[in-house]
This record gives sequence, C-alpha cells and structure tokens, in this order.
Amino acid sequence: MSVLIILIVVSILVAGGFLAAFIWSVKKGQYDDDYTPSVRMLFDDKPLPDTTTSLKSKQK
Amino acid sequence: MVKCYHCGESCDKSIATDEKYFCCDGCKFVYQLLQENGLCNYYELSSRPGIKVKGKFSSDRFAYLDNEEVKSKLLRFDDGKQSQVSFHLPQMHCASCIWLLENLHTIDAGILYSKTNFQRKDISVAFNSSKTSLRKIVELLAFVGYEPYISLNDGEKKKNRKINRGKIFKIGVAGFCFSNIMMLSFPEYFSSGNIGHDSLKNTFTYLNLALSLPVLFYCASEFFVSAWKGLRQKWLNIDAPIAVAILVAFGRSVYEILSGTGAGYLDSMSGIVLFMLVGRWFQDKTYDSFSFDRDYKSYFPLGVTILKEDGEQTSTISALKRGDKILVRQNEMIPADAVIMKGEGNIDYSFVSGENTPVQKNQGELVYAGGKQTGSMIEMEVVKPVEQSYITQLWNNNDAFAEQKNKDKSFVHPWSRYFTLVLFSIAGCAAIYWAFTDTTKIWPAVTASLIVACPCSLLLSATFTFGNMLRQFGKNKLYLKNSSVIEALAKINTIVFDKTGTLTHSAQAIVVYEGKELNSNEIAMAYSLTKESVHPLSRVIKKDLLKRYNTEPLSITDFKEFPGKGIAGVIDSNLVKMGSWQFVNDDDPANEFSGSGYVFLSINHEYKGVFKITNQYRDGINDMVHDLSARKNELHLLSGDNDAEKNNLQKIFGKNAVIRFKQSPQDKQEYISRLRKNDCDAEIMMLGDGLNDAGALKQADVGIAVSENTSQFSPASDAIMDSSVVHKLSAFINYAKAGKRIVLLSFILSILYNVVGLSFAVQALLSPLVAAILMPASSITIVAFVTLASAWVAKKKGL
Repeated sequence: MSVLIILIVVSILVAGGFLAAFIWSVKKGQYDDDYTPSVRMLFDDKPLPDTTTSLKSKQK
Repeated sequence: MVKCYHCGESCDKSIATDEKYFCCDGCKFVYQLLQENGLCNYYELSSRPGIKVKGKFSSDRFAYLDNEEVKSKLLRFDDGKQSQVSFHLPQMHCASCIWLLENLHTIDAGILYSKTNFQRKDISVAFNSSKTSLRKIVELLAFVGYEPYISLNDGEKKKNRKINRGKIFKIGVAGFCFSNIMMLSFPEYFSSGNIGHDSLKNTFTYLNLALSLPVLFYCASEFFVSAWKGLRQKWLNIDAPIAVAILVAFGRSVYEILSGTGAGYLDSMSGIVLFMLVGRWFQDKTYDSFSFDRDYKSYFPLGVTILKEDGEQTSTISALKRGDKILVRQNEMIPADAVIMKGEGNIDYSFVSGENTPVQKNQGELVYAGGKQTGSMIEMEVVKPVEQSYITQLWNNNDAFAEQKNKDKSFVHPWSRYFTLVLFSIAGCAAIYWAFTDTTKIWPAVTASLIVACPCSLLLSATFTFGNMLRQFGKNKLYLKNSSVIEALAKINTIVFDKTGTLTHSAQAIVVYEGKELNSNEIAMAYSLTKESVHPLSRVIKKDLLKRYNTEPLSITDFKEFPGKGIAGVIDSNLVKMGSWQFVNDDDPANEFSGSGYVFLSINHEYKGVFKITNQYRDGINDMVHDLSARKNELHLLSGDNDAEKNNLQKIFGKNAVIRFKQSPQDKQEYISRLRKNDCDAEIMMLGDGLNDAGALKQADVGIAVSENTSQFSPASDAIMDSSVVHKLSAFINYAKAGKRIVLLSFILSILYNVVGLSFAVQALLSPLVAAILMPASSITIVAFVTLASAWVAKKKGL
C-alpha cells in the first residue's frame, strides 16, 4: 500500500503547484481588474494607413 | 434633425465634414484629430461614444503641470527618461473609450503605452519625458474629452495607494488546505474510522495536521485578532465564538491525532474558516470608481496661478497665503475665499449649491471658494487660505460625529451574544449531565458542542444577504458605501429632501416662451445666437428651440458675450440681443418680471418676449412621496431657493410636511441635528446633491448624494444615487426592511441545523463524518437560501 503514500504526496505537490500559480497570478495583478481585459481582447489591430506608418518609420 | 457624429447630441447641419455632422467645433476637431491618426475605429466600437467638449479650452489652464513640485507629486515613477503617471478619468464609459485611451501613443509619439482600468476609471500612462510632457498629455486627454480629475488629494495620497490582496491570498490558501484535508479524510469517513493499515492512517492524519497549520495561523488570524481586540475592551463580539470554535476544534484534533484515538475535526475547522472568509469577501464588495469619503481636498484643483511682481507663476494650492494675488481663468475653480481685484466675476456655484444660474460678482466683492468662473479671466486677492475657507469649515465641523456613525449598530451583534451565552449553557448542562453518568464523555460532549454550534452559519446569513443586496442596489443605481448602510436604511423614519437637483432636474428644464409670436426667421435668429454661447441658460434655450422647431442656424457676425448681462450678435444686419431686461431694452429700468431663469429677447431694439425657464420635477416624485408618507415616514423639505414653488411643493408633500426655503448650508446641517435632539427615535435620511448639503449629509444617519452623473463629483456620503432612480426611494427602503427579515429567517434555519448538530454533540456521538456533512451542508443551504430570497424579494419590490 506504500504506493498510495507516494501518490498522495504527488497529488499534494500538484495541488501545491496550482496554489503557487494562483498566488503568483494574484501578485501579478491579474485579479485587480476583471473587466477591462475582456473588452481589450476584442479590439482588432487595424493596419495603419500608409501615411502614419511611414511617419513612424521615419521617427525610428 | 441630426445627431452629432461625435457625441450624439441633437444638432443642426451647419458644421459638417466628410458628410458627418457635428454639434460644435470642439467635437469636429476631435473627430479630425482621430481621423488624421487613423483612430476612427473609435466610432465603430460603440455608436456616438464621444464626450462633448465643455466650454472653450484655454491654453494656460494646465500650466501648473509644468511646475516641478506639482510634477513630483503626481508622477508615480520618473527616472529622467521614462515617467509614469495615473489619472482618474470620470468620463470613461464604454469600450470605445478604452480603445481610444489605449491608443493614445499613435497621436503623441512620446507616449510609450497607456493602460486603462475600466472599473476604477483609471488610466496609467508611461511616457518619454524628453519627447512629451505631463502637461501635453493632460492637454491631449482634455482635448479628446477625457479631462483627468486632478485634485489636491491626489498630490498627497497617490504614492501610497496599494491594492489590498491579503484577503484573496487567504481565501486561496484556505481553499487549498480545505479541499486537500477533505480528500485525505474520505478514507476515514468511508471506513467509519477503522482504516486497516496503521501506516496509512497515520499518514492521512498527520498530513491533515500539517495542512491545517496554515489555516490556523495565516487564514484565521483576522478572527483571532478581532476577537482579542473585542475582549480587551470587555466586549464579546461576533468573532469571539468563532475563534473559540476554531481553537477548540484544533485543540481536540491535535489531541486525538497525537494520542491516536481519532482523526479530529480538522476538515470542519478549515471549512468554517474558508466559508467565513468567502462570506466577508463577498460582503466587502466596494465600488472602486466611487469615492464616498471625499473631503474638501478632492474638490480643489492642484495648481493655481499666482501673480507676483515679476510675472505669473504657477504654484500648488497648499502654498497659497493670505494676500496672494491669483489669476482665475474661464472655467477654473476659485480655490480660496478671495476678493475680486480686476475683472467681472460670473460665478457658477452649481458645484456648491446645485443651482445652475451663475451669480454676478463685481470688483471688491468677496467670493467663496468652490465657485467656477464662467466669464473671462479675473484677478483676485486671497482673504483666507484653503484650510480656513467657508466650505472647508463647513466640512470639518462634524467630522467627529460622522466617524462613529453606523458602527457596531448591527442587530447581528446582540444576536450572536445571546447565541454564545445559550451555547455555553448547553455545553455546561451536557458537562454536568455526563459528570453524573459517565465522566469519560464530558470532554467529547463539551468540545463537540462548541465545534458544531459555531455561529458561522449565523454570520454567513448576514454577510451573504447584505452582500447580495448591495449588488441588487448597485444594479438599480444606488451605490452604498458598505453593508452597514442597509441596516441603517431599514430603520429610516424621517426623510429630509433637498429641492434643487434632488426633486427637480438640474439639467433639464421647461422653457416657456411668452410675448409676441415669433416667425420662423426670428426663431432661427434666437437659435443661432444661443448656439454661440456656453452659458447654461443659452444651452437650455438652444436645445428647446432645436427640439421644437428643428431650425437651421443663420450666419452670425459680431457675436459678443456680456457676462452677467446677456449675449448679442448681428444676423442679416439685424441686431439680436438676449439676456436680462435691462440688457435687451438698452438700460431701461427694471420691470415687474425680472428674475433668475428669465431670458428676454429683442431684435433691432424691439422687445419680442421672454423665455421662462423653470426646473422640472422628476418623474414619479408624486407617487414616491405618497408612498413614503403612507408608510408613516416624516417628510421634510429644505430648499436653498426662494419660496416661489411653495404651493406646488405643499401639494405634493401634503399639509403635514415641513417645508423651509432659503436655507443656507449651515441651516440645513443645524436642522438635522435639531431633529435628532427633539426626537431620539428619529432615524434620519438626507437626500441632497450639492456641496452645500455636505454637512447635512454627514449629520444624518443615512446621507444619500443624488448625482446626475454618478461618475462625477459628489459630496461625502453613505450612498450615491443616480438621479434617475430617486422615485424608487420607497422601494429601496422597503427592500432594506425585507433584507432584515431574510436574515432573521435564515437565522432560524441555521438554528435548526444547530439543534440537530447539538443533539448529536451533547450525547457525545458526534463523529467527524457527521460534522463534516452537517457544517458545509448548513453553510451551503443558507447561502443558497439568502441569495435566492434576496433576488426574489428585489424582483417583487420592483427593483
């Protein structure tokens, strides 16, 4: 039955990994704003008109 | 009639570009700027998202942002190359706003990136300080319609603002430990405590013990701290029985595990902690974009232009001293009580009094802080520094009272104390009984009673009911400061209203024209003239004429605005004048109908008629007042206005209501404290909108700030109400009352569970399995019950 003990230790380690991931994501501020990102991801990156792109490349 | 492509306001077709119509040049310029930079996506994400640019934009308005001291106060980070700053943008309202604000870098190449937080209505901007400046960014934001809200408060607090994430960490850790302890306890449950292999059994129980340590020492710490604080003040608060339950459960479990006699109640213990934490987090929902604790500092601008011998100089407002000469430009706020030295003041006190019509002030007159100059630039001499100005004094008068209001008043607290006392006596009885029959069972019976009967379901019912109600109120545009306001709301029996802006629309008005009939050409003339002006009365008339006659403007020359008098212009060589009686009639002495809200019209020196502008009562006020008085509420009305509306109001409010006119802010505040003194049972609610109600709002048990636009400034209060839902007031109060009944019902439910649990416990029969089923089951049913009940009642009450 000692295999059970190994499995339990592994399962707790996996769960601990998720806990660490959760804490990391909270620390990174992923839970600070739960609305704006949902809107932001729907914006399309429109190709800029030629004039502005050329202006930009000149500045670089 | 068409709608402005930018801001959606009704307008005529005179200003057009690319076959799109605009209401004003400001809107057109913004459109052109966005178009040049390929940002027209702004108009596709939502329809007519723009914000009308208010008034003219004077170029020196943000000059104070070049001041090094101001800069260092505002910038969050600055290393000479890259700087970071964040602003509050109250105008942010839709997806288009987010998109435009995050694409600012295409307009100004100096901006590295900008990121918005929609719920807080914040933007943080990182920029290259060698390519652009703080002032340029603010000017750009103001130009596209999102003028940042920069106040004296920002300069002082910005740097130590941090988001408190402690609660989320605690919930995460408690959830992790609870679920793992549960999993490791399953073998114990299913073998009814007889796991064949000792090594396995030991592994499970010791792992549980290890997992429970972070729950006890980290997650549950706030219960111990709060219980200990209460005990030191000789006060048994609601956290005390919880702390006892947690400690007893842990102590007994440790004993059982170490002595090898059982598996303990660690699963139940960590369950209690997790549910309680979730409950608190749910109840502590706050409205990030609102600020309920504004003091006078939030209202004043950060910078001011001081006139010195060697020219103009920008400075911070706190550095302002008595005797300083300051410049106040159009649309700037007067920062301190001051006397006008040069120029003519036309002060808009709408911010302070809710009254829309500007007041004229001449040279040598004293002007109180908080007004906005609507005319041209004036020079003033400061009489009192900011800290001592009239408004500030009003504000600070009753801070001491406001602080203790609504604290520890919750009816949950006395209940929890009775509960604790009953619980201890039951445990005591059980101990005495077993002492005579079987002494070995004293210890299990007593500890099990304390563990199983923890008042957590009692507390959960209150936290979840109020948390859910807070959201229901929010859905109906009444934003409460915290959940204790709900209980205060349920007790209200005296309601005091402010008139302007609360019962009446402050922006919408009825325009009635009296005089000689106007032909369509004359209407167009009046329309074209009012269109040029930004004065609130002009805008009201303009809107009304457009709506009623759908006129097109005529070209106008020689337009002139005479602050405090009126406006004049030449249209097709006709001189058109609008304004006061004296102004349109070439200094004729006053006649019988002069008064605020009257705009006279003359064309070519010939008097035509008058536009009478009166405030309009909000819809549903009548029904609401009837409903409130039918429910035996005492109603009062305090108005800063004259008594012109007295008969109307008396009709609405009935004969018993007290109605007072010409009330100063001080009067209002004193009126409320007198009400309280005369009648100790009075639970007073005050509804008001302007800063002039701030004192009264603080003095009342529940102060509600009514706001036309909830994203904008409002005085310190317990709740912020959108002005469109004022008529729902009685429904709100009824709902709050129903909330109390829901909590009581769920108390009864939780007591039933406790009776079942205790009946096992006192017989010393409580196995960990029964505890582990009973406790989460009671918590979950109670949470489900209060959530459904509060949603159902809200629907029934019409919210």
